[in-house]
Amino acid sequence: MKITHVVVAVWIGLTAVVAQAAPSMMSLQVQSSPLRATPSPLGRVVATIQYGDRVEVVGRQTGWMQVKSPAGQVGWVNESALTRNRIVLKAGAEDVSRTASGEELALAGKGFNSQVEADFKARNENIDFTWIDRMEAIVVSDPEVVVFLKEGGLQ
Amino acid sequence: MKPVHRWMLGLAALSGLALVSGCASVAKVGAAGGQATGTLTPQQAESLVKSAEAVEKTFKDITPEQEYFIGRSVGATIISTYKVYDNDEATRYLNLLGQSVARFSDMPNTFKGYRYLILDTDEINAFAAPGGFIFISRGMIRLCRTEDDLAAVIAHEVGHVQLRHAVKAIKSSRLTSALTTLAVEGTKSFAGDQLAQLTSAFEGSITDITSTMMNSGYARGQEREADRAAIVILQRMGYRQEALVDVLGRMGKALQTDQRGFGSTHPPADSRIKELVPIIDDTRTPVPTAARKKRFDRLLQGI
Repeated sequence: MKITHVVVAVWIGLTAVVAQAAPSMMSLQVQSSPLRATPSPLGRVVATIQYGDRVEVVGRQTGWMQVKSPAGQVGWVNESALTRNRIVLKAGAEDVSRTASGEELALAGKGFNSQVEADFKARNENIDFTWIDRMEAIVVSDPEVVVFLKEGGLQ
Repeated sequence: MKPVHRWMLGLAALSGLALVSGCASVAKVGAAGGQATGTLTPQQAESLVKSAEAVEKTFKDITPEQEYFIGRSVGATIISTYKVYDNDEATRYLNLLGQSVARFSDMPNTFKGYRYLILDTDEINAFAAPGGFIFISRGMIRLCRTEDDLAAVIAHEVGHVQLRHAVKAIKSSRLTSALTTLAVEGTKSFAGDQLAQLTSAFEGSITDITSTMMNSGYARGQEREADRAAIVILQRMGYRQEALVDVLGRMGKALQTDQRGFGSTHPPADSRIKELVPIIDDTRTPVPTAARKKRFDRLLQGI
């Protein structure tokens, strides 16, 4: 019995050490995202992180994760913008072997990409992308949203 | 496994498919075997189970970046069917409102963000392409009497984006082969055959999504989920949640005489309203300002 207790105690201790030693890392899966001072849609922007950046999770609140950027800045990101997968911006042989070993990888620019879109356009000349490109240029900034909400007596 | 178990699993998978793909795909699955309605061989049932698993795997494997490219082509296809209402001021206002609404959703960042356009048609309709490309018809805007009403319509569409309903409409067979190839290949550029195969899968995915959005509609459960997401967004922003009920009611009336667009692809308004009423709480909603009314009326004048 005593030996069993010791084994269990050691096992629990080891688990705790492992849990502490391995920080939870996530990657940004959208093109870019602000790190906000508070877990709220219009919280002050502390820094901006980029697609594929690996961040360390240091805190959590419903729908939001507090993370540390590769440059060491700490701020909040909406959890929907993060993935546990590692995102590899330039895929090479090394990454493929990692996939084979079981680590989840998302290869940026792979799959349905601009090359596939170009091929789709060539096959469907009647489908016009002009408005889609124009649409993408319509950017509304945080300060503009703040003014819009304030004028409307919202939030 | 005994056949009877396969049957049960098959039925479970069938209902799963109905949820993720809308009724059109299920009809095709049934028709594929040339079986009469309601009869499935154990083999068919088993393949249904497999395809349901594949759906689960494949749609999760679509990254936001790929969703963005799918959304661009779905959007371009919609605009090739409808005309765009080309008015800078109205489009700017819709984007101010829409991009504000999106920031209060559970998915404020898509790969490159949410964007909005007005479709130049009297038809009452709205579409949300993957990645946040959202289209609202003039007919739909005319149905709105306040900014709160329009915010409710937009919030419902943002709900479809955050819940990834369009991506779930892609048939699993389109993606299984494409994603398998991708998992093995390490290079970023594709050679002739491989590119052709990917483009075919891509093309098929665009067709699956646009035909679901324009013809068969999402599953009833998905509309209900998007309505619920909309209520949460409206509440976070301080818009009247009841606005969604108002718009649905007006839509229900208008669609009694006009069965185009929304009327043919959405469940009856009455049943949606009934499900919304218990979750609405407008007791702390701020009173709309004069500026809010003014900017909305300005949009409506031109529409």
